Amino acid sequence: MKDIAETRESYLEIIGLWKMFGDFVALRDITLSIDEGEFVCFLGPSGCGKTTLLRAIAGLDIQTRGRIVQAGQDISDLPASARDFGIVFQSYALFPNLTIRRNIAFGLENIGLSREKIRQRVDELLDLVGLPDQGEKYPAQLSGGQQQRIALARAIAMSPGLLLLDEPLSALDAKVRVHLRHEVKELQRKLGVTTVMVTHDQEEALAMADRIVVMRDGVIEQIGPPTEIYREPRSLFVADFIGEMNQLAAVAEDGDAVRVGEVRLDSRQHDFKPGEQVIAAIRPDDLIPHEAGHKPDADSGNCLRVRLREMEFLGSFWRCSLGHQSLGGQMLIGDFSVNAARRLSLEEGGEMMIELPASRLMIFGRDESEDGDD
Amino acid sequence: MAMTDRASPAIPRGGRIRARLSRDDVIMRASMVMIALYLLITLILPLYVMFSKAFTTNTFDLSQYEVQVSNEEGEFENPPVNLAVLNEKLGVFGPADLATSSDGRLPVTRLFPDFSFRSPVKYRIHGTTPDAAMLVGSALHKGTEWVELDSNTFRRVVLRPKKERGFENFRAYFSTPALFNSIENSLFIATVTTIITVLLAFGFAYALNRSCMRFKGAFRLIAMMPILVPSLLPGIALVYLFGNQGIFKELLMGESIYGPIGIIIGSVFFTFPHAFIIISTALAISDSRLYEAATALRASPWRIFWTVTIPGARYGLISAAFVVFNLVITDFGLPKVIGGQYNVLAVDIYKQVIGQQNFSMGAVVSVVLVVPAVIAFAIDRMMQGRQVAMLTSRSVPYQPKPNPKADRAWFLYSLMIAVFIVGILAMCQFAALVKFWPYDLSLSLRNYQFDLMDGGGWASYRNSLKLGILTAIAGTSVIFFGAYLVEKMKGFEWGRNIFQGMAMLPMAIPGMVLGLSYIFFFNNPDNPLRFLYGTLAILVISTVTHFYTVSHLTAVTALKQMDGEFESVAASLKQSQLKLFRRVTVPVSLPAILDISIYLFVNALTTVSAVVFLYSPDTTLASIAVLNMDDAGDIAPAAAMGMMIFYTNAGARILHAVLSKGILARTQAWRGR
Repeated sequence: MKDIAETRESYLEIIGLWKMFGDFVALRDITLSIDEGEFVCFLGPSGCGKTTLLRAIAGLDIQTRGRIVQAGQDISDLPASARDFGIVFQSYALFPNLTIRRNIAFGLENIGLSREKIRQRVDELLDLVGLPDQGEKYPAQLSGGQQQRIALARAIAMSPGLLLLDEPLSALDAKVRVHLRHEVKELQRKLGVTTVMVTHDQEEALAMADRIVVMRDGVIEQIGPPTEIYREPRSLFVADFIGEMNQLAAVAEDGDAVRVGEVRLDSRQHDFKPGEQVIAAIRPDDLIPHEAGHKPDADSGNCLRVRLREMEFLGSFWRCSLGHQSLGGQMLIGDFSVNAARRLSLEEGGEMMIELPASRLMIFGRDESEDGDD
Repeated sequence: MAMTDRASPAIPRGGRIRARLSRDDVIMRASMVMIALYLLITLILPLYVMFSKAFTTNTFDLSQYEVQVSNEEGEFENPPVNLAVLNEKLGVFGPADLATSSDGRLPVTRLFPDFSFRSPVKYRIHGTTPDAAMLVGSALHKGTEWVELDSNTFRRVVLRPKKERGFENFRAYFSTPALFNSIENSLFIATVTTIITVLLAFGFAYALNRSCMRFKGAFRLIAMMPILVPSLLPGIALVYLFGNQGIFKELLMGESIYGPIGIIIGSVFFTFPHAFIIISTALAISDSRLYEAATALRASPWRIFWTVTIPGARYGLISAAFVVFNLVITDFGLPKVIGGQYNVLAVDIYKQVIGQQNFSMGAVVSVVLVVPAVIAFAIDRMMQGRQVAMLTSRSVPYQPKPNPKADRAWFLYSLMIAVFIVGILAMCQFAALVKFWPYDLSLSLRNYQFDLMDGGGWASYRNSLKLGILTAIAGTSVIFFGAYLVEKMKGFEWGRNIFQGMAMLPMAIPGMVLGLSYIFFFNNPDNPLRFLYGTLAILVISTVTHFYTVSHLTAVTALKQMDGEFESVAASLKQSQLKLFRRVTVPVSLPAILDISIYLFVNALTTVSAVVFLYSPDTTLASIAVLNMDDAGDIAPAAAMGMMIFYTNAGARILHAVLSKGILARTQAWRGR
């Protein structure tokens, strides 16, 4: 087992990849490098090309143009059977007429292993996925979560250099999904196998990935660790797709600021010229709540007096719709902890002050927003 | 790691990746090419040859030749005469004599009434066009050069026909009322039968699906019985029931059973199960929530029937109608047995080919028959597609509620149908056992001494069994593997599309047409495959090809239900597709594979149409024996042989059911939870 924290070397290189289905461009000039032992998620809405990219890496649907290099070897034109990977599908794809043991052993049978060696390896794998007693059953006799673990065991049976997961948890119940999410991550860390997972579930991606590749319309929007993707989205699309985001129509002003309705708000540094139409975006949990009579300091100018239009209790926090006439009728969503709500005695119809920290107020171009909310 | 610019880059030129093929890809593509080649040789090429025959005429064109006759001293004083002019003067050959086949030979001397081979007169003959051909003995002369011959040699001169492409054959066909009247007859029989069968089958299917009557299982079983016998068997039963010495002859009030009445009754019998299956499926998939909604809206049962039931089953009804139409119009056995003087297209092909040896006219009638068959087939396919689309996974099956009065009415109705079906079969069995109808009704097994009759005796029965088993084994292997390749292969899109099209074609081709096209193709001396002609192998091949489509569709449906990623998983595990096929695909598809083999077996035993042109004295078949014994007047033995086919098929069905259950229980333990 190698120490993944140590030196990371690029294991998989994808260079200028294109995939065309007739006139339709499914992947447009994708370039990406994945390190050894890394867990990468391809995240995006359906039709963004993430599964196409995974299948190109596997050699199941070979790309139209571009190269793929795995462990120093150019595998661009190799058929799937000549590549080194294990794969798990959403449908599990377990062979229904074979027992669990035979499913796991399917790839081990003709590589010169003795019967005994195969038996040992299968036992080992069954232990690894936590189902040591289920070997003699048929897939249909197991639950969905159990079946997916068997599929995982089968995929790693031959110790592949690359593990590909195609929406592996999407067919499962919410509870099982969260549980298995953790286990898959744990297993991957233990084996240190380079892993690529395709998902449309942002929560899953944030929880599991070392790095997330956000895709849209066949193009990579952003690549980065989960926290970076969440905190520093580089486009409105990423900002909107991952987590909640307030979007306010605004006009750029001189010196890192914008005007929303009649209010001038300091923002992050931006390159827009004064007068340009922009979108000011801030996450609901970045709004800082204050009591109605709060006197803002001179240097934190972004304070607004708002009315609490609606409050929705979501367990650990309150989601509040906030209105302010000077915002030009636009609403803000704020997520405030139960604690804060009690401390400030928030209630529907009441007033409060909110602070929009300039460092959390991101500015994006306006034209992007139009195709951003699909 | 550079982030890609959103501003879309242009598609680069060149550098397209050409995927390398794995060994599996190569094997699979090669296999598919092999099976496609099989279909090409056993279907496309024979049909092509037949069609081109229908549009080819061979005639002796006398105007192409000139002959000059010398005097007794051998001096050519008279001018040359054109043979056409000569024929016109003498009237030796009529147009019918001049129409011929590609092998035709016309002796010239008949145009010279004074000809004597001992005379010292000499003859010169030549063609007026470069294409004019003649044989002197066995030497071919072609072109315009004069050939001088003495009398003894001149008698060995024969003319060769001129080959032309065009509609001449069709003109001849449509100017012979005896022939083209069959079109009307065929359409009439098919239409009337379609209406009767679909109505009867709809009622029967409705009773089974929508009432709470008793003995549904038995009724379902009885409805399927006609599939197990050759289509001509009801004809024999009808002879005994309504023929000249029939039990119920008076019921026809002077009408003869030999003719349209007999054909229609018999056709209703043998098409009934086909219509019943389709309509029953259509009724079974209807959504009970529609009925609940209609009842909640206080619609009357009558209104519900017309606004919910009929629209729900409409594609099934239309599909059934065209299937029945197709079966009837292409059927040959029944009208042969009971049609009397009433000519239909399928029998015309037989008569032209077997009776008159007029192969081109047989080909013309085939083309005429293919037209309605292809149209009916195309419409049926369209309807089947829509019926499937109506089935949603969320529909709730309809559960009928007891209604004593209606249930009793439906029971009586179904009983009537069952009596009709069982009655026909029972009549055949009884006739087969009677010593001498109608004078000595005591029972004996005399009629089972097939070796004493025409038709090939018990050997025919054994041949049929062989044919059935070989067809089931070879056909199932080829068809299932072909379907697997089409369904699971990667890439090679155009190849798969062509293959799929070829696999659908056999269903549109009537058996008579296929059989005749085999004669043209396989009996051609230039064909290296000619050795197949007259063997059991060609009977197996024609039967597999004839029943290819339904089997192919069954296999494709079963394969579609399998997880599409099995192949991907096997590739990732470095396992060959063939191992996957053997270890997973075949075991999981076993029910479908068994269904295909029993379908092929039963049809191999009952089919008459394609094989009637292809059997040889060594390969006579039971179904053909029924036909030939009936033809020879041995009707009781024909009935006996027909019932042998019935019992064999019934036995095979039972074996199939037991086997399916046994194998499923053993190898498919995984199916149950």
